[in-house]
Amino acid sequence: MATQIADPEASIKNHPETVVVRFAGDSGDGMQLTGGQFTLSSALTGNDFATFPDFPAEIRAPQGTLFGVSAFQINFGSTEIDTAGDAPDVLVAMNPAALKTNVGALKPGGLIIADTGEFTKRNLEKAKYESNPVEDGSLAKWNVLAFDISALTLESVKPFGLGNKEALRCKNMWTLGLALWMFDRDRAPLIDWLNAKFRKNPVLAEANIAALNAGHAYGETAELGGQLHKQHIDPVPSPAGLYRTITGAEAVALGLVAGAKLAALPMFFGGYPITPASSILHYLAGLKEFGVTTFQAEDEIAAIAAAIGASYAGSLGVTSSSGPGIALKGEAMGLAVMTELPLVIVNSQRGGPSTGLPTKTEQSDLYQAVYGRNGDTPMPVIAARSPGDAFECAIEACRIATQYMTPVILLTDGYIANAAEPWAVPDPDTFTPFPATFLDKPNGPDGMLLPYARDDKGARPWIKPGTPGLMHRIGGIEKNPGTGNLDYSPQAHQAMTDARKAKVDGVAKSIPAQDVCLGQPGGKLAVVGWGSTFGPIHQAVRRARAKGMDVSHVHVRHIWPLPENLGDLLKSYERILVPEMNTGQFKTVLRDQYLVDAQPLSKVSGQPFAIAEIEAAIATYFDGAPGNAGGDEVGPNAKQLPSIESANP
Amino acid sequence: MNAIATITTTLKDWESDQEVRWCPGCGDYAILKAVQRTMPEIGADPAKTVFVSGIGCSSRFPYYMASYGFHTIHGRAPAFATGIKLANPELDIWLVTGDGDGMSIGGNHTMHLIRRNLNCQIMLFNNEIYGLTKGQYSPTSRQGTTSPTTPLGSVDRPASPAAFALGSGARFIGRGFDVSKHLPDVLKAAHAHRGAAFIEIFQNCIVYNKDVFEDFAAPKGAEDRQLWLKNGEPMLFGSEKTGGVKGIALDGEKLTLKVVEVEGGDWQAAGVIVHDVTNRSVAHMLVEMPFGPFPMALGVLYDDPRPTYEDAVLGQDAQAREGKNTDLKKLLAKGQTWTVSEDGPEL
Repeated sequence: MATQIADPEASIKNHPETVVVRFAGDSGDGMQLTGGQFTLSSALTGNDFATFPDFPAEIRAPQGTLFGVSAFQINFGSTEIDTAGDAPDVLVAMNPAALKTNVGALKPGGLIIADTGEFTKRNLEKAKYESNPVEDGSLAKWNVLAFDISALTLESVKPFGLGNKEALRCKNMWTLGLALWMFDRDRAPLIDWLNAKFRKNPVLAEANIAALNAGHAYGETAELGGQLHKQHIDPVPSPAGLYRTITGAEAVALGLVAGAKLAALPMFFGGYPITPASSILHYLAGLKEFGVTTFQAEDEIAAIAAAIGASYAGSLGVTSSSGPGIALKGEAMGLAVMTELPLVIVNSQRGGPSTGLPTKTEQSDLYQAVYGRNGDTPMPVIAARSPGDAFECAIEACRIATQYMTPVILLTDGYIANAAEPWAVPDPDTFTPFPATFLDKPNGPDGMLLPYARDDKGARPWIKPGTPGLMHRIGGIEKNPGTGNLDYSPQAHQAMTDARKAKVDGVAKSIPAQDVCLGQPGGKLAVVGWGSTFGPIHQAVRRARAKGMDVSHVHVRHIWPLPENLGDLLKSYERILVPEMNTGQFKTVLRDQYLVDAQPLSKVSGQPFAIAEIEAAIATYFDGAPGNAGGDEVGPNAKQLPSIESANP
Repeated sequence: MNAIATITTTLKDWESDQEVRWCPGCGDYAILKAVQRTMPEIGADPAKTVFVSGIGCSSRFPYYMASYGFHTIHGRAPAFATGIKLANPELDIWLVTGDGDGMSIGGNHTMHLIRRNLNCQIMLFNNEIYGLTKGQYSPTSRQGTTSPTTPLGSVDRPASPAAFALGSGARFIGRGFDVSKHLPDVLKAAHAHRGAAFIEIFQNCIVYNKDVFEDFAAPKGAEDRQLWLKNGEPMLFGSEKTGGVKGIALDGEKLTLKVVEVEGGDWQAAGVIVHDVTNRSVAHMLVEMPFGPFPMALGVLYDDPRPTYEDAVLGQDAQAREGKNTDLKKLLAKGQTWTVSEDGPEL
């Protein structure tokens, strides 16, 4: 066992409120599974938590390579947790490549647990290490606990007669056992889970349980050189009630099921496999008993087209994809706008143009959602800020789609889709239903049918084919405002374009006023966010406020149309900072809509914002002075444009 | 076709109030009339009938039928139809597409609709040209077709819609042409087939590809150039008046079809094949049979139903729902949960 000792003050043996642990290993090492089970264990301990799974795009990258490293980070604690944490306190590195790619993020003084059994010459070469880092002193600023986990695992599962490869697969459970010991966790739920998972292969179940127990016992009995201490993180005080863990993909699926039920409609979900959106289709395919029909189409276009067809026939059509797939759906979205049929389009955003970074997260499809279609094609856009929030957003998307007879885009991202958080299970009896209605008799004078007559919300009637006496034709060609008959006349196109815009603008009347989620209206600085940047923004604003800075957090759910009071609210601040995982898209929308001096804070590395990054950006507005009460003149940085007041005297 | 009650209508009941906007003399008019004439004969209900189309001249068709109609986007009508049928299998769906819409931009969707066997009728109007975009060559245009995009003549080989459909797994292949008096019979047979029924309808584009099918569609010499297939009857064409009765027989050595002379009405002696609509091997030969050396195969080339897509999907849905929890409250609380009480969390 090799050990390197850093400043003991900085080690994790103090009693922290929150701890960040990152499990990193080869794609085949089962790190996502380990992380997922550790998450569950955190939930059962009553800790609040947030997770960040980060895995390569390759299904099975060559073993031991730097690009084949798969990591899972969890931030858990006895206080409210909004992000997966900036820098890990503990890094579990299952091989040299995992160490190399992850150690840079580790806090100084943090703990590295490494499996020396994998630090072979060959693996060190693959990770491009010239000498063994656990022996050469290069890790001196951290605490290193390096021992042969592979050998210990093999030893622990020896009685079960597994082959070497199968036996080594139990390494992740051994490691999990050690982690459970470290954080004083109960093993029983994990043992139940392993028994259930390997129901058909009891030997594997027993071997994995033996490895888990051995890892735990190792912590209990081994002399670990003083670095490793059992510590207990108290439960976070949460309102009483039933809780579960939920990922964004599950939340979207459940929200859609709830939304269709509230609209009293069967749901038709058309999808095509794409990362990271597929998990919504997977999940819904198992929920047929809830009136869900799923259709794996031949391509993205067919997926949305079938969903529109189903909406036309009286179901709630839903389709889902990620950026490149959404691009393919663009033309069909135009038809849904033109024919004014309800439709929910979920975009689990990922990184970059084209294929980009398929497994990484980004928020760069905002322009695409708001502006990205031919013609004047207004469409409501909603963005979820967290896995739990995605549930409510999905219901909201169903409401707007069916009440306004319009397609609606729901934006989530790779981070929300994959991350898990504790979720207070809501009571569906408390939801407000919004049952859809269908026209059953002619609605015009003298028994005339007017498929494009509008109600007080600007919505046209929904007419199901199959209804006697209401036969009519619809399509993508411009139409007469009432009858819906083909009409290319200048008057018709102007009137219908205006009507479609007015209808979508009018959605703003049915959405809540924009609130300030931390701070107050008015003041020096508003940090305005949308989507999954909620966590880091919220924590950064909280920290800045604790230092006395006059900064507030405004988080926007309704991206289009924007809440009616948002313009006035933004204008009540002297400065506006918009952190986004893109090059400044929402910033542009805010500038365009309100002529405010919104400033971008951009990050497009495929990784979520660290709290510290946003905190640092906030500090630039306050001369970077800790303890600044916010009363002094804000020193704008050199790049800033004129303030709101000077621009709009 | 669906197991729904038939109703009584007349041709007039199927004419919408919309002005028909095809070029005067377009073959589409004749097809429209043939369809409007067929609907009362099959007892179709306008309220339960949906015409779904893509983009192109043919795709304007739904506007002129007094039923439900959905004019969608280029090439994607099969996908819309799939969603409509899965949402309401009671609806009787007629897909209207063209050679550009259904074979080029929408070839993918045509293939998948056919292989899934969605119960609907697919009418592909084949005029071997892009009409609505003003005369570019299409995927069915013959080699050497001069058009605005192929001033020196097209070089790519044409696709055969019927062969494509059969290759995609079609269980019904029908063929007709716009002005043929037999077209309603083909439409009726297609409607009677439960599953995806593919009908290739040769259609004369009088502006951009005039009379391209004249070789076999012209009334003069039609007997010699058209092979109207009837189930259970020998594959005969021609007449004593026009140069002799001929038939289609199997060349056993080459495993291909051949044209044989029939002497004195004794087609058995000549080895003429009796048409069996369920014979898939012969169907493959018929869709590949080149016009010129052979007559044009028309009528019902193949008809052998098998279970439909919507029955399978909805059957699975129904099975999955049997005896299952449909309580949303329970669903939301599924998975590994814990309860927080005043004493802290517990399993």
